[in-house]
Amino acid sequence: MSTPTTSTRIPTGSTAVVVTPARRRRSAAWLPVGIGVALVVFTALLPLLNISIPGVFPGPTYTPGTLQLLAYAMLIAALSLSYRMIFEVAGMLSFGHSLFFAAGAYGLAIALDALAPSRMPSSVIFVSAILITVVFAFLLTTLVGALALRVGGISFAMVTLAFAQAGSVVIRRNPGRATGGDEGLALDITHVPEGLVGVINTRNLFWLALIILVLVYLAALWVENSRVGHVAAAGRENELRVRVLGIRPYLVKLLVFTAAGLLAAGAGMGYLLLQSTASPRIATADFTLTLLVIVVLGGVGMRWGAIVGGIVYTLLDQRLTALAGSRAVGSLPDVLRVPLSQPLFILGTLFILVVMFFPGGIAGIPERLGGRRRRTGTAAKGVTDEPA
Amino acid sequence: MSTIVLLLVTGLGLGALYFLVASGLSLIYGLMGVLNFAHGSFLTIGAFAGFELSRRIGDGSWGALVASMVLGAIVGTVVAALTEFLLIRPLYTRHIEQVLVTVGLALASVALFEGIWGTDPIYTAKPAWLTRTTTILGARIPNDRFLLIGCAVLVLLGIVVFLQRTRYGLIIRAGVENRSMVTALGIDVRRSFTLVFAIGGAAAGLGGVLASVYYGYVSAHLGGSLLIFAFIVTVIGGLGSLAGAAIASVLVALLQQFANFYLGGTGDLAVVLALAGVLLVRPRGLLGKAT
Repeated sequence: MSTPTTSTRIPTGSTAVVVTPARRRRSAAWLPVGIGVALVVFTALLPLLNISIPGVFPGPTYTPGTLQLLAYAMLIAALSLSYRMIFEVAGMLSFGHSLFFAAGAYGLAIALDALAPSRMPSSVIFVSAILITVVFAFLLTTLVGALALRVGGISFAMVTLAFAQAGSVVIRRNPGRATGGDEGLALDITHVPEGLVGVINTRNLFWLALIILVLVYLAALWVENSRVGHVAAAGRENELRVRVLGIRPYLVKLLVFTAAGLLAAGAGMGYLLLQSTASPRIATADFTLTLLVIVVLGGVGMRWGAIVGGIVYTLLDQRLTALAGSRAVGSLPDVLRVPLSQPLFILGTLFILVVMFFPGGIAGIPERLGGRRRRTGTAAKGVTDEPA
Repeated sequence: MSTIVLLLVTGLGLGALYFLVASGLSLIYGLMGVLNFAHGSFLTIGAFAGFELSRRIGDGSWGALVASMVLGAIVGTVVAALTEFLLIRPLYTRHIEQVLVTVGLALASVALFEGIWGTDPIYTAKPAWLTRTTTILGARIPNDRFLLIGCAVLVLLGIVVFLQRTRYGLIIRAGVENRSMVTALGIDVRRSFTLVFAIGGAAAGLGGVLASVYYGYVSAHLGGSLLIFAFIVTVIGGLGSLAGAAIASVLVALLQQFANFYLGGTGDLAVVLALAGVLLVRPRGLLGKAT
């Protein structure tokens, strides 16, 4: 398992994390941190630069279209990171993660709607709407987690799926005209800070998405390297041993589950501000499956794998949709045209191929090229431990 | 009274559909420990195969319906067996990857169906008798419900006879009970993996044609929407238990119908609440093995 190695490479500042005392290793450990900071700074500068990558971005990097796409990709990356906490760190296969993302998006939209008539200043309303959403997301994740964690393995997966489905049904039913049904729920911008509204301010939203991604990353790092994270990882490897040591895995798993759900809700709030609408699509089980695809495509065992996976997947999805509508594909015979015009077909097939032939995903490619083949694919091992 | 009878029979018809999906899911999970996300796609491909056939040999006749049911079951069997052979078998002992592969297959196949048959539902014709109603105890019951219930009962009996009376069935039952013991006795359980997939695929493919009769249309998302309820049914019934799946399908479908009628269309929520309740009281499901 590569998680322990990762923790030696990226210290959090608390020295207790670094297990190898060798000073040489520790100085080398700062290199990835440096690269990470440089990448974040570079990304933050993107709206001020004029970089065009034809075929990847729809236009130069300072244009709102490209910034919007990149911001969306970063939010999906943040969401994938939070999903990774459940799937890889704690080894739980959850199919209900989209519920918490949707709780963030819809929660904020509904809270803003509900608070709109009150006469408080806009900033107070905006902040309290966010706080209400966080509390709501916390209660929801705790409730779902507390119930679902009563069962393990595959049953857990199905139970989370059922809850997500219930959430999706509620959103589509449009109870009390609160969720907008199939149309989605538009963001009421009366009390949203001016800097976050409109196409002109897309770069602010881009920076907001970047901040959310960095915060989610740091939070994931913190949880993973905390005692809770260690126990959760231990429970993934061998739950019986954790029990024998006198630790109850239930509470630890619930903590990780709730933390991941809260981070997902945070990404969901960013999504609402960026897209100005909460669409019912984000609450479906298919959306969670997308996250699973992203995490596995990105690479098992690596935090940055989830980020790379999220960004690559979003860009691929967007470009494949553009490809599907292009004339080159339209003129092909039906046998080729039909599959190529379905981005999800290509992504699904790619996913199957990666699972079968490249268990390390994108993050595993450098290692494979370096010839250091290591056995991966031990993620979510708790599922396999479940007696059949 | 008549309303209750109508809801009961309709619920049984819906339960029949759930059972056709859940029986395969439960058997596959029980023997192999694989949660098959592609099971809904087996159903959808069966429905489309049946639709294409009946469209060609004369819509709305009994002959076309029976032929499409047979074809649906065959297509479901073949696709399921191929899935097991090509995608599941190479990943033997890697359960989580097996689940992931079925997830990928579900995503890709639904997208492919949408590419071929479009995203909108295609309305299908059925024999005239099935569109009429029969009056029982004052309730006017659509005749197609009887077809569904009859088919599901036949499938249940068929699977039970197969499991109880044949050598392969014996191996499957023993494998569900204790796989390592069966292997230790010198029997290659893996051979029956393809068989279980094929049985599940046949039931799902047949279920696809019947679902198109029940709903009156075929669409690429037919299987996906049924699959979620089939998951709930398998958990409530107990993973790996065929009888549990049968009982839970009926209970879940009845609960859904009654809640939809009397509690203002809250059937789906009622089912999820029932699932939560079952998990709180009895996490292993109604007839599941104690773990």
